[in-house]
Amino acid sequence: MDINPILLLAAIMVASTPILLAAIGELVVERAGVLNLGVEGMMITGAVCGFIVAHSTGSATVGFIGAAVGGALVSTLFAVMVIFLMTNQVATGLALTLFGVGLAALMGQSYVAEGQIIVPKAPIPGLSEIPVLGPILFRHDLVVYLSVALVVLVWLFLTRSRAGLILRAIGENAEAAHALGHPVRLVRFLAVMFGGACAGLGGAYVSLVRVPQWIDNITAGAGWIALAIVVFASWRPGRLIIGAYLFGGVTALQLNIQATGLAIPVEYLSMSPYIATIIVLVALSAGRAPGSLGKPFHASS
Amino acid sequence: MGDPLLRISGLTKAYPGVVANDDVSFDIGEAEVHALLGENGAGKSTLVKMIYGLVKPDKGGMTLRGAPFTPPEPRAARAAGVAMVFQHFSLFDALNVAENIALGMENPPKQRDLAARIREVSETYGLPLDPMKIVGDLSAGERQRVEIIRCLLQDPKLLIMDEPTSVLTPQEVEILFQTLRKLKAEGTSILYISHKLEEIRALCDTATILRLGKKVDTCTPAEKTARELATMMVGASFETPAKAARELGPVVLEVADLSMKAPTEFGTSLKNVSFQVKAGEVLGLGGVAGNGQDELILALSGERTGGTGKVMLKGRDLGQEGPVARRAAGLLTAPEERLGHAAAPDMSLTENAFLTAKTRKGMVKNGFLDWGKARGFAEEVIKAFDVRTPGTENAARSLSGGNLQKFVIGREVLQGPEVLVVNQPTWGVDAAAAAAIRQALLDLAAGGAAIVVISQDLDELMEVSDRFGALNEGRLSEIRPVDGLTVEQIGLMMGGAHDMEVAHVDG
Amino acid sequence: MIRLEKRPQPSQLWTYLTPVLAVVVTMVLGGVLFAFMGKAPLEAIRTIFWDPIFGEFAFYYRPELLKKAAPLILIAIGLSFGFRAGIWNIGAEGQYIIGAICGAGVALAFYPTEARWLIFPLMIVAGILGGLIWALIPALLKVYFRTNEILVSLMLVYVAEVLIKAFSVGLMRNPEGMGFPGSRNLRQYPAAANLELIANTGIHWGVITAVFAVIVAQVFFARHQFGFNVRLAGQSPRAATFAGVDPSRLVIICMCISGGLAGLAGLYEVAGPSGQILGSFPAYYGFTAIIVAFLGRLNPIGILLAGLLLALTYIGGDAASSSMNLPAAAIQVFQGMLLFSLLSLDVLTNYRIRLKKAQVA
Repeated sequence: MDINPILLLAAIMVASTPILLAAIGELVVERAGVLNLGVEGMMITGAVCGFIVAHSTGSATVGFIGAAVGGALVSTLFAVMVIFLMTNQVATGLALTLFGVGLAALMGQSYVAEGQIIVPKAPIPGLSEIPVLGPILFRHDLVVYLSVALVVLVWLFLTRSRAGLILRAIGENAEAAHALGHPVRLVRFLAVMFGGACAGLGGAYVSLVRVPQWIDNITAGAGWIALAIVVFASWRPGRLIIGAYLFGGVTALQLNIQATGLAIPVEYLSMSPYIATIIVLVALSAGRAPGSLGKPFHASS
Repeated sequence: MGDPLLRISGLTKAYPGVVANDDVSFDIGEAEVHALLGENGAGKSTLVKMIYGLVKPDKGGMTLRGAPFTPPEPRAARAAGVAMVFQHFSLFDALNVAENIALGMENPPKQRDLAARIREVSETYGLPLDPMKIVGDLSAGERQRVEIIRCLLQDPKLLIMDEPTSVLTPQEVEILFQTLRKLKAEGTSILYISHKLEEIRALCDTATILRLGKKVDTCTPAEKTARELATMMVGASFETPAKAARELGPVVLEVADLSMKAPTEFGTSLKNVSFQVKAGEVLGLGGVAGNGQDELILALSGERTGGTGKVMLKGRDLGQEGPVARRAAGLLTAPEERLGHAAAPDMSLTENAFLTAKTRKGMVKNGFLDWGKARGFAEEVIKAFDVRTPGTENAARSLSGGNLQKFVIGREVLQGPEVLVVNQPTWGVDAAAAAAIRQALLDLAAGGAAIVVISQDLDELMEVSDRFGALNEGRLSEIRPVDGLTVEQIGLMMGGAHDMEVAHVDG
Repeated sequence: MIRLEKRPQPSQLWTYLTPVLAVVVTMVLGGVLFAFMGKAPLEAIRTIFWDPIFGEFAFYYRPELLKKAAPLILIAIGLSFGFRAGIWNIGAEGQYIIGAICGAGVALAFYPTEARWLIFPLMIVAGILGGLIWALIPALLKVYFRTNEILVSLMLVYVAEVLIKAFSVGLMRNPEGMGFPGSRNLRQYPAAANLELIANTGIHWGVITAVFAVIVAQVFFARHQFGFNVRLAGQSPRAATFAGVDPSRLVIICMCISGGLAGLAGLYEVAGPSGQILGSFPAYYGFTAIIVAFLGRLNPIGILLAGLLLALTYIGGDAASSSMNLPAAAIQVFQGMLLFSLLSLDVLTNYRIRLKKAQVA
């Protein structure tokens, strides 16, 4: 079997979508100065919620909504602890991941044997007929388009809107933003919830489209890779797309090579996304993190 | 006369263990420059935060032009026409000037319009500023301008300025005063917080003096002598440090052509810094904040190595040695930031004594610590420097600023250094503690040690130093004897007039 | 209105009280969870926390408790050095797996030589080195390229999981295993086996090493300069450099300690309770040890107790899953909740809670 470059590129877009969704959410969270290491936990919670809701309602769309809600809900746990109880962000994020993975396994156990819910493709009329570019870019399901649209929206929000400016200011220097009267805790809370919803969507894309069935530990580190991509992107949305597609590329390529039956053992190929993450982190960790990232904020009045 | 602009009546605010403001009342008139004078810890900041809506009073109230004024948050205060320039700037390093200004406004115009207005206001008031520049790259004086312009764009009725001159050169202070006088002429009132008496006498119409949270008096500063104001501010008189005549010994510390890259993006690089200090001598290094003071002390303490040039202690080059080796050799330092740099906030005083004294006081044997010795040394420091604390096992952060600073300085002084380098030794410290610290430094010099005092407080430097130099953008000016030095000369040194000298040397 | 007020110094009382309180809160929450799942809450709690130690089959469970606690304690002690210094090695699970692979590799290379005096010590060295090298990767990358050690060490967990799966069906597969995945069983290879030293106590070399590690760590933290430097660097990094602590060296040393101990735990496990290299060898110990470290307040004695408690949840969870049909994942949720409640309750250690009447201005 040969690798068809057009199908491979189209597959890259699909493979990148979960990571891109989770990463754009985390980017907003980190730009607000909060480091949420629980992306993996929120993602897998979203994966299970999306799967369950989709199967109970028979609708993939409702499933994705359920996933976003589930991810956002579980993120509020993190938000309350970090923002109001001022717990250590690293430890709390880890707790969220450990908790989320367990919770998902618990919730999903009776759905292991369930089949697939079809997520319909939504080719964009006209554009999808363009040779080469059409099949690569414009013959996907709506979530793929949504993920790209979200990145653009986040970029517009951060650079063009006043709320985005305030969010960046809070991430840069929470004390100063507070002194100017900006609602540090509210903004951070909303940012964390947005991050949770995005991670949830990404997780549901794994369980409803990528895999698509319920297995334990379904996200397999995608949430951590999303965190790495945010660092890689130097907290800038534009570079985030490049990063996510790079990883989607590695994943899709390695699956394609597996399918061609090349002499490389499957196991070694399947570690390539993780190795690629490390290489990219080494090659590009030059960006400047938001000034108050990870620091607890206590409004002493 | 009608209602004053702002009437403060009976404001009281208590924190656990301390009454920050106790029944404070005074009026600020229209177009008046009103000074709020007091020592560190007198309650100035708390009072201002209540006016600006950051803190809610426990008791008492305010009226603004006769109407009740109780801002629940800064936004409300700004809406009512109260603006504030903070002492520690509430700026965002990674954002540009226009974005920073927009963040302090309720309904900022579009970026392009805002940039135009910033240019307009900055020209009107003689405060040049480029709206597109990233704030992290600005000097302290320019950063202050960002804050001032942010306030002015909202046409405030009352402008609060918290210790505005502490980051400025004398020349910049004069420019600021012209701006403030122009504002006053246009009808804006200014609440000017300071502990610098001469400034207040030169600028302010009225002064309210606070001591230990209570109002001492409201007076006309021009009618009082600086001495009278100081007595009201401090309460009791305290001894000014005595500079005894000293015999200078041989050169102990020689820094030769020291250059080092900036540690962070917004830091300052050290460029060819050279100086010598003799035994028994105090060298004062002035300069506006952010001109390489922090970087210099990091390079001297050994926390940062890898620059070029030499750090010679009695002829031995320590330039590539770390802090432990430098301390062992007798080069001790006390950085500016007490909590988190000179001392670990959550650790006990015993542990903090161990932090720098372990080698010289023999607290480590085969890698194992002698807690008894560390505790003994901590007790010694507490006793010798009159540190007010229940005991050696209290966390460093439970001490007041002045007490912790006495502990930090005492810890180094009692180790018997050959050279002691201190940065901002009395910053944020009450007058009595400051006097004690300066005296300790002078006594140490009298005992034959070489002292380098880095400070932004020129009065302090003039009081303790034998010779004076200034840092500007990481370069050190020529060093001159303090006797006979004029304010103008100092200002030129701080402002980088040594550029001419560099040219002269090069030529 | 509730207001939090920072304490002048962390409360000693609450430092020790919060872990206990966290366990109680988690039991209550866990009970609610079990009830929600249609299980009798009290019975579930009793099955998990009481029966394994005091119940009818305690004779069976008690040795198991030590066997499970040993790797948890060993790994958590190692992690506590890094965590105290603010170095976040999250990949102990990977170091644990690599330690097992390296240790087992030595044993399999020597098979069937009977020279325990040589082989077992060599396995120990290999296990330590394996974990240490796996931890050294994120450490060196952090020092030289400023990469984030959390992400790198975690990525290496996934790599290690892939490796052990690959080895169990490839390089290390038992040639006499009739094609089944998995290596030779080291328990049946006397030169390499880490069996119980005293029958029916559960005490194997891992247990003894764990206790030893607790004591050494306790001495280091209380009395040795290195322990002081670790604490200092964690609490106040700038004060640490001021005191002359080299942060890069500290990163490398702490990562090596935690990696080495995790590798050692893996070796003891593969040569003892588990017995062979198998795809299902990873038992989440590396992650649970993070909970153990926090629950034990990063204090060696605390870690000893916390390790026993979490081992109990493993064993009790097994018991509850066989007797009450409680899903294994429920225990994972339970462990997650434990960490959550501990972190939340910690607010009491650092802050005073003040109730303030809302003021009418």
